[in-house]
Amino acid sequence: MTTSNVLFEIGLEEMPARFLTDTEKQLSEKTAAWLDESRLAYEKMDTFITPRRFAVLIHNLESKQPDLHEEVRGPKLQIAKDQAGDWSKAAIGFCKGQGKTVEDIVVKTVDGHEYIFVEKYTEGQLATAILPDFKDVVLSLNFPKNMRWGDRSLRFIRPIKWILALNDTDVIPFEIEEVVSSNDTRGHRFLGHTITISDALSYQAALKDEYVIASTTERQAMIVEQIKALETAQDFVVPIDEDLLEEVTHLVEYPTVFYGEFSKDFLDVPEEALITSMKEHQRYFPVRQTDHTLLPYFIAVRNGNDDHIDTVKRGNEKVLNARLKDAVFFYEEDQKQSIEANNDKLTRMVFQEKLGTLHDKVERVTAISQSVAIALQFDQAVVKDVHRAAHISKFDLVTQMVNEFTNLQGVMGEKYARLKGESEAVSVALNEQYMPRHAHDALPVSTVGQILSVADKMDTIVGCIAVGLMPTGSQDPYALRRQAMGVVQILERFGWSLSFEDLLDLIVSHYETTAIAVNDYDVVKHNVTDFFRARVSYIAKERGVERDIIEAVTSLGLGQLHQLFIKANLLEDSRKDEAFKETEEALVRSLNLAKKATTTEVEAHLFDNESETALYQTLLEVRASFEARIKEEAYKEALEELEALTPAINRFFDETMVMVDNDKVKNNRLALLNQVKQLVDQLGDFTQIEWKQQF
Amino acid sequence: MHIQDMILTLQKHWSDEGCILMQAYDTEKGAGTMSPMTLLRSLGPEPWNVAYVEPSRRPADGRYGDNPNRLYQHHQFQVIMKPSPDNIQELYLDSLKKLGINPLEHDIRFVEDNWENPTLGAAGLGWEVWLDGMEITQFTYFQQIGGLEAKPVAVEITYGMERLASYIQDKENVFDLTWTEGVTVRDIFYQPEFEHSTYTFEASDTDLLFKLFNQYEQEAKRAMEQSLVFPAYDYVLKCSHTFNLLDARGVISVTERTGYIGRVRNLAREIAKLYVEKREALGFPMLKEEGSHDNK
Repeated sequence: MTTSNVLFEIGLEEMPARFLTDTEKQLSEKTAAWLDESRLAYEKMDTFITPRRFAVLIHNLESKQPDLHEEVRGPKLQIAKDQAGDWSKAAIGFCKGQGKTVEDIVVKTVDGHEYIFVEKYTEGQLATAILPDFKDVVLSLNFPKNMRWGDRSLRFIRPIKWILALNDTDVIPFEIEEVVSSNDTRGHRFLGHTITISDALSYQAALKDEYVIASTTERQAMIVEQIKALETAQDFVVPIDEDLLEEVTHLVEYPTVFYGEFSKDFLDVPEEALITSMKEHQRYFPVRQTDHTLLPYFIAVRNGNDDHIDTVKRGNEKVLNARLKDAVFFYEEDQKQSIEANNDKLTRMVFQEKLGTLHDKVERVTAISQSVAIALQFDQAVVKDVHRAAHISKFDLVTQMVNEFTNLQGVMGEKYARLKGESEAVSVALNEQYMPRHAHDALPVSTVGQILSVADKMDTIVGCIAVGLMPTGSQDPYALRRQAMGVVQILERFGWSLSFEDLLDLIVSHYETTAIAVNDYDVVKHNVTDFFRARVSYIAKERGVERDIIEAVTSLGLGQLHQLFIKANLLEDSRKDEAFKETEEALVRSLNLAKKATTTEVEAHLFDNESETALYQTLLEVRASFEARIKEEAYKEALEELEALTPAINRFFDETMVMVDNDKVKNNRLALLNQVKQLVDQLGDFTQIEWKQQF
Repeated sequence: MHIQDMILTLQKHWSDEGCILMQAYDTEKGAGTMSPMTLLRSLGPEPWNVAYVEPSRRPADGRYGDNPNRLYQHHQFQVIMKPSPDNIQELYLDSLKKLGINPLEHDIRFVEDNWENPTLGAAGLGWEVWLDGMEITQFTYFQQIGGLEAKPVAVEITYGMERLASYIQDKENVFDLTWTEGVTVRDIFYQPEFEHSTYTFEASDTDLLFKLFNQYEQEAKRAMEQSLVFPAYDYVLKCSHTFNLLDARGVISVTERTGYIGRVRNLAREIAKLYVEKREALGFPMLKEEGSHDNK
């Protein structure tokens, strides 16, 4: 079989850098799927992408599909013959459809039924006939944002400028929106020329001569290597942010790394602002010293070679200096405003239409966080700090710095608060209130920060859900899911002695005193609890806890979250523990009947056999030690205490008929079992668990 | 190169490429896009190629002439070509060369920037053009205007003249730029910058401005009722500028803000729709001259 090397390149106006990684992946997958479907084998495939082109090079593609011999199954024989025993219309139609006649029919039995078959031979198509269909692969690419241009109707990532399509040395003919394929490509926009590719395999080398590094990995490696060289030469430390590296790789076709300088005076501005200016606005890498302090330099990547690099460097320095001058201006102006003056402006900023202004939010968060601090029995000093931190928690949102660099909310709050003489505890909490900012972010370290963080997040979650903003699918504009995860993490990590239910009651009770119109706060509580149960389940699942155990520890209420996760781990172990099997069976048997109970009031005088009395006695003894273990959060030991109940329960079931006609006796027995349930429920709902001991 | 020479150069360049040279529109506006020469003419199937300088007033950016980069009023050189030509990027880069910017000596990039103006129900995709890290131009393919689909697509190129000049003239402060030989931006614009900033932030009669907003809105609606597209649009522009003055003064809360923007947007949408209807009733007169584009 002969093979050829096939190259497709689509040239475009500059594509958005953030879409390139996914586009290259799609290109690879969709081309492979297309060749697979087309039954064209090949040795390997390379993909390339730059801002102005994406390309695929298929090595040793077979020049022809394999011929196809197949037996095509038609209708059942009984349908294929008419009453006279001749071939029916169905049979004739089937043969015709396959390009055959009734002469070709063979009958075979499949699964006990007779069917008619024809043997079909299809000669494999030539690759040259199939390759123009690459157009469909191109048009099947999905982009997050599409556009139209000129008077064309195609919606695509950016206008298509040229198509290079080569089968070894021959052009593969096709066109998209009147752009006709050829063997020409274009080099770098300024340094390169339009060139003819004579042979598919020469693509990468030919483009390199025209200042285009087509391979993403190669471009990225060049950038990293040049940064490293600068680090050595200049004694810089350049921490490489992977996202930024990916972005700059996709902003250039031919990377040249250089460094520039900014005025030392700007180092007085908080470094977060400098870094945001450099990274997000200008796509520069900040430069540090070995001791991690920021240096007044930046690393940038030019799209081109190093000719006239000094002009480029000066231009970039000018831009950055102007930006930083703005930052200095904002920083100085902001410091002229008092915290209270800023706080007053919050009355004019809407937090959420139905939930009022940021000022309203601050008032709620102040009340909530104070109640939380008191509920957690912190001393007066902490309560006072919490109150102050909450009261000024949003003042930085009206500063010019945060207005310009929105990701610095909290960061600037902390800095300005300290400059204004707020205590360390209060200042730190202003930044920590937003932690964790994302899934892998650190949690607040200070007590005040933890309380403020939970109060702020719970206020948002409860408020939004109360006014009907429950997240749906991918719609979560207030990031309620992320915030709920943060609350769960904080409550667990710091072992808050406040159950989730009590926390929720406390927040809802504050909401009830506001003017916010909500029909029914019981419904709100129910919805918020469901929402949190889903988050807790998600976290537990991530940690390898299985569905039924999650049900067991969440369905009776979330309680204190750190306890919930300990119990989940315990039950995950116990359900596989053979020694626990007998106890588990006895307990579950009790629980199932206890569901029918209406009370836990046991009247000893109604007992009429010894097994009842014995169970009750044992229960009273076990309860005391069980409760003590629970109290010290020794759940494994608590569970072991329950083992002492097993013989008594088994004897009870052996000797006692629970569901007797006498209601009084029956209910008393159910109440006894219900007392067992009361203990077990403190560890979880055992009836939800699929027990998995080895038998 | 003086700003005046930059303007002459760009006018010549785009005139040679077939653009009609228009003058700035005589109503205050925040951006060249808001001129009816762009906003309305970009709608509908008629071809339209135009270039003009537009003074753009942004009251909130006023800094009393103190800030080296921010201005109450700056100047945009605006180009619209509909349908967008296939070689529009090359045409643009040629214009930079004529301004003395040799791409081989600089780093010129097209960096994704999607433009959206909710007040005008307008959105487009494109880039900001970077010259050695500085944004000098907005380059946008209109996809939607006044809530209507832009078909064919017009491309809009907006040069920030002061930005570009500060690079070409290598000046740190916008007021040091020369407009023409012996005349600086400071000479012409310092006093208006100072006075407009004072007016915007301290002296404006906000009660009157609120009243004016309502009256302009009413008048826009009345003009619309009589199918008078262009007069109605003038009053929308007045609404928009009045709103900007109030907003800069800080007397519009965030909630109210959404309401005001919504009111202007609704008007702009109706006007856009009516403009296309009226052009259609006229048989899209500019289409006839260029038969190749009809009924696509």
